[in-house]
Amino acid sequence: MPVTITMPALSPTMTEGTVANWLVAEGDSVAPGDMIAEIETDKATMEVEAIDEGIIGKILIPAGTENVAINTPIMIMLIDGEDASAIDAASVGVPAPAPAAAPETTSSAPTLPAAVAAPVAPAAQEIIEADVPPGTEMVTMTVREALRDAMAEEMRGDENVFLMGEEVAEYQGAYKISQGLLEEFGARRVIDTPITEHGFTGLGVGAAFGGLRPIVEFMTFNFAMQAMDQIINSAAKTLYMSGGQMGCPIVFRGANGIASRVAAQHSQCYASWYAHCPGLKVVSPYTAADAKGLLKSAIRDPNPVIFLENELMYGQSFDVPVLDDYTVPIGKARIARAGGDVTIIAFSIGVGWALEAAELLAAEGIEAEVIDLRSVRPMDMPTILQSVAKTNRCVTVEEGWLSCGIGAELSARLMEQAFDDLDAPVMRVGGEDVPMPYAANLEKLALPDATAIAAAAKAVCYR
Amino acid sequence: MAKAAKSKATGAKAASAKSGAAKSSPRKRKAPPPPAITKANGDDALRFYREMLLIRRFEEKAGQMYGMGLIGGFCHLYIGQEAVVVGMQAALEEGDTLLTSYRDHGHMLACGMDAKGVMAELTGRIGGYSKGKGGSMHMFSREKNFFGGHGIVGAQVPIGAGLAFSHKYKGNGRIALTYFGDGSANQGQVYESFNMAALWQLPVIFIVENNQYAMGTAVGRASAQTEFYRRGESMGIPGVQIDGMDVLAVKAAGDEAVAHVRGGKGPLLLEMKTYRYRGHSMSDPAKYRTKEEVQRVRADRDPIDQLRQAILASSVADEAALKAFDREVKDIVTVAAEFAQNSPEPDPSELYTDILVEV
Repeated sequence: MPVTITMPALSPTMTEGTVANWLVAEGDSVAPGDMIAEIETDKATMEVEAIDEGIIGKILIPAGTENVAINTPIMIMLIDGEDASAIDAASVGVPAPAPAAAPETTSSAPTLPAAVAAPVAPAAQEIIEADVPPGTEMVTMTVREALRDAMAEEMRGDENVFLMGEEVAEYQGAYKISQGLLEEFGARRVIDTPITEHGFTGLGVGAAFGGLRPIVEFMTFNFAMQAMDQIINSAAKTLYMSGGQMGCPIVFRGANGIASRVAAQHSQCYASWYAHCPGLKVVSPYTAADAKGLLKSAIRDPNPVIFLENELMYGQSFDVPVLDDYTVPIGKARIARAGGDVTIIAFSIGVGWALEAAELLAAEGIEAEVIDLRSVRPMDMPTILQSVAKTNRCVTVEEGWLSCGIGAELSARLMEQAFDDLDAPVMRVGGEDVPMPYAANLEKLALPDATAIAAAAKAVCYR
Repeated sequence: MAKAAKSKATGAKAASAKSGAAKSSPRKRKAPPPPAITKANGDDALRFYREMLLIRRFEEKAGQMYGMGLIGGFCHLYIGQEAVVVGMQAALEEGDTLLTSYRDHGHMLACGMDAKGVMAELTGRIGGYSKGKGGSMHMFSREKNFFGGHGIVGAQVPIGAGLAFSHKYKGNGRIALTYFGDGSANQGQVYESFNMAALWQLPVIFIVENNQYAMGTAVGRASAQTEFYRRGESMGIPGVQIDGMDVLAVKAAGDEAVAHVRGGKGPLLLEMKTYRYRGHSMSDPAKYRTKEEVQRVRADRDPIDQLRQAILASSVADEAALKAFDREVKDIVTVAAEFAQNSPEPDPSELYTDILVEV
């Protein structure tokens, strides 16, 4: 029986990939360990090796095919002396290259991690409260590309801006965010650090005190816990302790929040940790446009800015304004969807869940207004209060634990500042109060989703 | 900056360049012998005497004022260690940067900060360097290139490496001095800093002020390797051990170190063998050592007395000339103490300023 080789999952968050190159031809003999193909993921190009001994029977997906969902058959191998006639007998059916893999296709993949399965529905994105004039030309790009472009533009504009972090230069970024920057700006300004978060964070702070504008990349914010003292005690507090002399213009950026199947130490949202501390600004965008505009603002800001990205969002595409210098102000929320019945406040990946919940609610006659917070410190209270004054109901959404979280803060502020506007208690939706489990089913249970958000919204509407 | 530093950008390439530099420089350096006082360095000696005396009298006054309840919180005095910072600062040029831990009053005076502003910060008044919002442990002066004043043990070390990074990045020929104690020397981030400084050949001098006690713990009880100048060996950072009670020895070693680092040859580690006479902070009864031990150091190795004897023996100045310094310094400290008591407390509105730079 011929063996069907399928598109492998080569990273925790991979949903599809490109068959970049076949290293074998039909009729070739291969042994276990032989390289048979190069597969390009959103993060890297990897070689795939043969596991069995046999003959390459039929290549189902030609080299260069993009967007091949994982588990799609890509090649048939003949083993135990079979000949090509055996191929027809193989129950592989018609190969489906799926050139433009729709969300339905990817989310039905059986091994797909739960967190990825939540459709983010970028197509539904509209910048309702426009940051740009009507008629501005838009280009579709991923969050990853937007972040890279923001850094490149700011580095072109200011010689004092540089990027440092683990694998940011020669490796092109662990998540490919810094792709191409080393080539353009050289090793003086795109700096691979040792794995030494506490040390290089302090070094970055010193460089900022010394008049430079460092962008410090944490491969993920989980590792920034090693550097917490330098971020809080040195970066955030020194301006105050120096009576205003010692500004620290620095950006700490990297992947935050729940990744996929990487368990408790690598899946956590730090928004409330940093938002707790005066002396910091904390932003966490959802769209690519905001990723670009906010990162540019963060790099120019004279203060330390914590820039929380989300690994699962890196590959998502959005419309980004084609402007020479597109910035988004820190501290300004965005109405992601207008509605009059209930306000749903979310940030980062949670905005996608909230928009999805809004669709579920609309089907039941409830019009939700979705606020994309974008900045968690400072919070755009005027936008929030205006919305709640209209809807009189509010649900908050976050990936992180609810205890002392962003939703808790929003609830308290709404109680203090909008008590008379509320027709129901604010409800919080967030991650379960447990360390993130590894098992796929448990991970899904630990995370909020559109259904939970819609249920909370119905509850505050007494429906 | 010299060629070696300039031609090597930070990043992976620097790694290969570094190994060459490390080979060519002996890891253990001999400290140069302290010079005798002659007419040539007589003015220096007198200046050092005056500066050390200023620190001594300032700290004694701070101790008194603490006892009177005029200074709050933690207050760490530098008495006994004056030669270290006075000798090192004399080796620097305009624009070089420095920073240290929370035992920082001496460093501020030695880099030319005004005694009034330092004392007023200790009393928490608006006339202090941080408008009363930093206190003893957290003071800064951009004007004098003093970057703190850091309250977390060892945290200033990577920041100092970062200042050196900024000098190298800008190619401005400046160097960074990073002071820390024998206690800090056991913090992990110190070695993270050593590694990056050596890897990227940063223009930084790491100075361990080994005053024998990390708070109440003698070095031998906390450190497997008590020869702190050797702590950079594994990264190829040359180390020098210096008598930190002899200001002329410190200055001579400082001159060599500054030339090495400014010449683009990468970081250096200086261990200053010194001693603090007072407790770790004002609330430390210092039961972990004998009174006799302290008395012995004061009698035999006091940096100010030693220099005083040497100056008198050299005939560069007589008793009367030194007395004049005593009076001048006393006046400065008296004025500073009065200023620190008369300067108003910060206005309540200061509570909410300087949290963020307004955009």
